[in-house]
Amino acid sequence: MSEKKGSTADEMAAKQQNISVAEFFERNRHLLGFDNKKKALLTTIKEAVDNSLDACEEAAILPEISIEVIEMGNERFRVIVEDNGPGIVKQQIPNIFAKLLYGSKFHTMKQQRGQQGIGISAAVLYAQLTTGKPARITSKTDKDKPANYFELHIDTQTNKPEILVEKTIEWHREHGTKIEIDLEASYQKGDQSVDAYVKGTAIVNPHSTIIYVNPKAEQIIFARVTENLPKLAQEIKPHPYGVEIGTILKMLKSTETRTLQSFLTTEFSRVGPGTAKEICENSALLPNMKTDDINLVHVEQLVQGIKKTKIIAPPTDCIVPIGAELLEQGLRKEVTAEFYASNTRTPEVYRGIPFCVEVALAYGGSQPGDQPMSILRFANRVPLLYQQGACAVYKSLIQTNWRAYGLQQSQSSLPVGPLTVAVHLASVWPPFTSEAKEALAHYPEIIKEIKLALQECGRKLGMYVRKKMRVREQSERANIFERYIPEVADSIAKLSGEERETILAGLLKMVKKPEIQSEILSLPEEEEDHKKIKLKVSEDDETESEDNDEDEK
Amino acid sequence: MANKKVEQELTSLGKKLAKDIKDGKNPAIEFQVRGLSNVVFDQKTQKLALGERQATRSFFNVGHAKKFLQTLEVAKVSKELLEVEKHASLRDVFYMAKRTIPNSNINIVDEQKETDKAIEDLELITGFPREQLQVNANKMGSVAGKVIIEDKGDTIDWSKLGSGGWSIPSNVEEIEFKKVSAKYIIYMEKAAVWERLHEDKFWEKQNCIIMSSQGQTTRGIRRLLQRLSKEHNLPIYVLTDMDSYGWYIYSVIKYGSISLAHMADVLAIPNIKFLGITCDDIEKYKLQKHLIKNTDQDVARLKQISEYEWFKNNKDWQRQFKLMKQLGAKAEIQALSSRGISFISERYLPDKIKNEEFLE
Repeated sequence: MSEKKGSTADEMAAKQQNISVAEFFERNRHLLGFDNKKKALLTTIKEAVDNSLDACEEAAILPEISIEVIEMGNERFRVIVEDNGPGIVKQQIPNIFAKLLYGSKFHTMKQQRGQQGIGISAAVLYAQLTTGKPARITSKTDKDKPANYFELHIDTQTNKPEILVEKTIEWHREHGTKIEIDLEASYQKGDQSVDAYVKGTAIVNPHSTIIYVNPKAEQIIFARVTENLPKLAQEIKPHPYGVEIGTILKMLKSTETRTLQSFLTTEFSRVGPGTAKEICENSALLPNMKTDDINLVHVEQLVQGIKKTKIIAPPTDCIVPIGAELLEQGLRKEVTAEFYASNTRTPEVYRGIPFCVEVALAYGGSQPGDQPMSILRFANRVPLLYQQGACAVYKSLIQTNWRAYGLQQSQSSLPVGPLTVAVHLASVWPPFTSEAKEALAHYPEIIKEIKLALQECGRKLGMYVRKKMRVREQSERANIFERYIPEVADSIAKLSGEERETILAGLLKMVKKPEIQSEILSLPEEEEDHKKIKLKVSEDDETESEDNDEDEK
Repeated sequence: MANKKVEQELTSLGKKLAKDIKDGKNPAIEFQVRGLSNVVFDQKTQKLALGERQATRSFFNVGHAKKFLQTLEVAKVSKELLEVEKHASLRDVFYMAKRTIPNSNINIVDEQKETDKAIEDLELITGFPREQLQVNANKMGSVAGKVIIEDKGDTIDWSKLGSGGWSIPSNVEEIEFKKVSAKYIIYMEKAAVWERLHEDKFWEKQNCIIMSSQGQTTRGIRRLLQRLSKEHNLPIYVLTDMDSYGWYIYSVIKYGSISLAHMADVLAIPNIKFLGITCDDIEKYKLQKHLIKNTDQDVARLKQISEYEWFKNNKDWQRQFKLMKQLGAKAEIQALSSRGISFISERYLPDKIKNEEFLE
């Protein structure tokens, strides 16, 4: 037994080094959105389009994006995404597309689509692993300069870009970027398809034009509905209430400040010297403590101290909602309905992180009335297509009483009716349940805001639905008289001994008269005097029925 | 024949509506408003009566149409019954009217309550009580005592009917009193108490009539009481539970009821007296341990009753209401059984009547 020794530290270290990015990817593909072939196609397109839209907005360019998916047989697809963005400088192209975890987005607290800097390079790696083909990038930053063309692989051992081809070429665009990737994938239509993603993207990016060619070679153009670019989101520092121990440790490593107090005032939002001192006091730490000396125990104390300290909420001007009107316009364009409503809430804060909820809904039209409603979920202008049931949006929808707005709904399920609801969450850090960014976590603050926004739209919907029901009732009522007339004619004939046909004809003639028609269409009114009685008697309803000295049965 | 008059009345209702239609007018029926808002208490007669207010029920009116249809349906049923000279029960009428209108999912009536109301409306429209419209309620309630009557050719002796007594029919108009030897009537809310008194031969010993129904007093019983009171001058004493509902039973027999205010003339008996249970009985007969706590509903009902016009200036009753409020409790007639099973027939009732301990 003693012969079988455990691994030495050196051996273990060697092994650890040997874990390649390829292995890392293999192990984490479900976290990155590449669990299956269908999803791989979607994720690849999504990462490319997210990058394009973010880049355009940052450069204040109205996005024009073309997406082309070509089926090459044998479960191979070619994805080409091209934008009119600012382009990428030559030196950065290899790193952005062929190095995992490269990117500027991870450490910033700013509302934007991508977050981790994993996205597009993961797609490149996936393509490389499944087809062996390099990613082909074309980018141009200025109309007077030529475009740079790269063919890239990722070195799966070192996580470094491997440049296969690098050259300058002529390109018809003034500026922009184009990526071409071949990957193993499968294409299907439906709620979680590329088609649904593109449609959703068009709804929440009404300032963009998207030209989409699907594998069936059908071209769909989503034209922009507004020429106004969204306001550029401001970067903010983290608010103390939102940070966890790990984040603080990371921040301590990278900070240039020397004392705890200056660390707090410099690296966090809403912390001035007074608040910083208070935090230190509540954490039983000295304000002039050296940042280098702070260890895990101190950080734990600090987190507790922060909880005890009153700190004003973070600024919310860093949030850029789409706007109720534009969101509604976006929905109008893609969902044919008869009634629309929308609502943007004022920004709120969860765990120190500002966020804002927007809702738009479309009712009626060609939507099926006997099915559960359709949900469109968005976070920072990106459609969320998977894990609907795990999302805070879903929870908020089933917790809302849709019956009050004239829809059918059974206990804790989605309402049934011809309804589509789009919910958008804008935040500097949307709380996803996983790295694949598919569902929003159930923070009570977020659920509360979503519900309030839904209720606001729901009230408008309720008014519309009720009005529609009234109109339908009116026509039913006219119908009712037609049913009653033969019965009444029977009774009157029997009582009076006169000809039934004469009475019937008289009533039928009368029902067509305009004054009778207007009476029929008026709102029902109780017999006036009886109505008043009802009100009075209702005080002692119970006793009135006892007073009714009838002996039933 | 009374029947002919009723038939004529129904025919003229039909003719009126047929004329409305011929003239191109919205066919409409007019009748007095029924309900608390149109009920007045006549100080002179000491009875409830219906006020003057009229309501119109027209066909081409979204709110009225269904009731209009139901009223006519019931009128038609009544006319058919008159033609074949048969009576139907309230339940029968409901089934005669209940059907689905062809090519629709609309029922003419869904619940018996609807036909019952329509019949009451028809009483107002025609001016005839429902018995004359050939509609009867079920018989309910028992009577025993030294009285001989004739009903549909049969002679019946109320003192010779075994343990069940005579069942009081819904329609007592045709009954003829042949011989009335009893000196007074005790009417009680509870059938169980009636059985107690019957077993104890109370009516024989006291030479009185005992009468009961279960709960609310039916029209037939009220009419029978009124006729005995009027035609034979018999005093009537009422025995109910000591609670707001029991006391209201007394109120209905004496003054009339709100929903049947239009018939108060033939039903109300202003000279009846209340025998018990009163709040004073609790102390006198040591029933304190047999009280039941008043519910919120009881308290609310008590307040309503105490504010009725006919009780408002009645000092004796106001005193009872106040006492009950203080007690915060009610008591059943059967609480007397705690003093012995026949305490009621041997002590309580004879004492009360002898000492004339009544409330008016």
